[in-house]
Amino acid sequence: MTQPLSLEIAQLLRELAPHALGAVIRRFHEFAPAEDAVQEALIAAATQWPQAGIPENPRGWLIQVATRRMTDYIRSESARRQRENEMAMEATRTPEASAIESASESDEDDTLVLLFMCCHPALTPSSAIALTLRAVGGLNTAEIASAFLVPEATMAQRISRAKQTIKSSGIPFQMPSLEERAQRLRAVLHALYLIFNEGYTTSAGPQLRRADLSHEAIRLARIVHNLQPGDPEIAGLLALMLLTDARRAARTNADGELIPLERQDRSLWDQQQIAEGVALLSAALPKGSVGPYQLQAAIAAVHDEAARPEVTDWPQILALYELLRRMSDNPMVALNHAIAAAMVHGPGKGLELLDALQKDPRLAHHHRLDAVRAHLLERAGDHQNAVEHYRAAAEKTGSLPERNYLLAQAARLARDGT
Amino acid sequence: MKYILMMNASSADWNSYAKWSKDDLAANVAFMRNFNKELKEEGVLVATEGLGWPAKAKIVRAAADGTPVTDGVFPESKEFLAGYWIIDVENAEQAYKIAARVSGAPGPGGHGGNIPIEVREVLSGFADLNL
Repeated sequence: MTQPLSLEIAQLLRELAPHALGAVIRRFHEFAPAEDAVQEALIAAATQWPQAGIPENPRGWLIQVATRRMTDYIRSESARRQRENEMAMEATRTPEASAIESASESDEDDTLVLLFMCCHPALTPSSAIALTLRAVGGLNTAEIASAFLVPEATMAQRISRAKQTIKSSGIPFQMPSLEERAQRLRAVLHALYLIFNEGYTTSAGPQLRRADLSHEAIRLARIVHNLQPGDPEIAGLLALMLLTDARRAARTNADGELIPLERQDRSLWDQQQIAEGVALLSAALPKGSVGPYQLQAAIAAVHDEAARPEVTDWPQILALYELLRRMSDNPMVALNHAIAAAMVHGPGKGLELLDALQKDPRLAHHHRLDAVRAHLLERAGDHQNAVEHYRAAAEKTGSLPERNYLLAQAARLARDGT
Repeated sequence: MKYILMMNASSADWNSYAKWSKDDLAANVAFMRNFNKELKEEGVLVATEGLGWPAKAKIVRAAADGTPVTDGVFPESKEFLAGYWIIDVENAEQAYKIAARVSGAPGPGGHGGNIPIEVREVLSGFADLNL
């Protein structure tokens, strides 16, 4: 039997995973089998290190084991194809000496290059996320599968298809050109954002594992931030995650039910995380290149800094949403802008803005439009219509805790005799 | 996002299924086996099961003391779940495409069955980030 993996070893393996993978790819120039080989090395380490202890050069150990796997793979491939493969021969001759490299300068870039590969626009978001978690995050297929609540075999196929897509589209393992880099970085940040979002759970059952996904997203965003500390949007995304995750403990009750922002016990908010997020944001904003992540982080910070809901600086939030609206065509931003406008100018103003949004086909059938309308109608004193819209939102939401919450709102108002 | 694809059939459909020719049955079974394999390979299959014959179906209710009360007499028109697939895809359109594939499973005489497939969203345990 294997011993449970200590936190120390688990963390070390996840840190080393992209570096080992980068080294193996640079040596063998093939992403897909190299990624498999590193996975096997990680699993071997997870089984052996708890008993044998962490080797002196853990990174070299992983590269060496992965190189052996890679050599085996190339040998069997060559045998299958009935032809010689020089690379395998060379690797067989001197695996130990050349495999144990010291951390080179390109080592750090490897993580970024891997992220650029895994978050390639040719992949669907769910494939990109799965591949990122495995190749860069060092998670194994079973862990990723359980995080997304699908069978391991299904996740394995999804990952292998993603690798196939990368292979057939001929994406090279190298830093994209400068022009391309900005666009690819956006894709990486979006994937990390989705991983965080996926983990920001309220469900009672697999809560712990899914919470891990948020922490994994924060860890990866931190790595990217450390690699590119001067990029204000990366700092903005990391700040956004920290400032949002800080409220985790207050966001649900013991039964896993949602608690809205204005009713959360703010003493449960993680002040250390808030301070870190605010510091990151304060350093990023003056750089003058304000993007959507920094703005969203700024909004989260305004909420986090209010000791009580009544002292929330809504005019500032409204101003931030106005900036964000000019920058992005996201209908959710427009919806939140309407909420902020209602908080500053009264529910009538918010409802007026919602009427305009009703015409957006992306929102017309979205539960959140009904939920917001219900909330504003309630504040305006029109309880009868509020009940109707709470129920309409409950019919449309894809989340069970949210449905329960919306139905409870409707029931509360209906019971009040309106 | 997860969706469940449900294949429903009335008692009459089940009875006519029992009278399909050997070749028609074999073609249908082969189609289903291949369809399941494809879903697995596409990385979208979460779960699939086929259900037993409705002749053994019972509707169960609790009596006042909590003991089970069963009823097994159904009208001919009642629809029974024959089988289901739970899939994890990017959006509803992808779920509809997959449902259409299984709807076209071969029926009697080798013609596409054009079986109605009920597609429903499976609720997730989480709400997306309210930003």
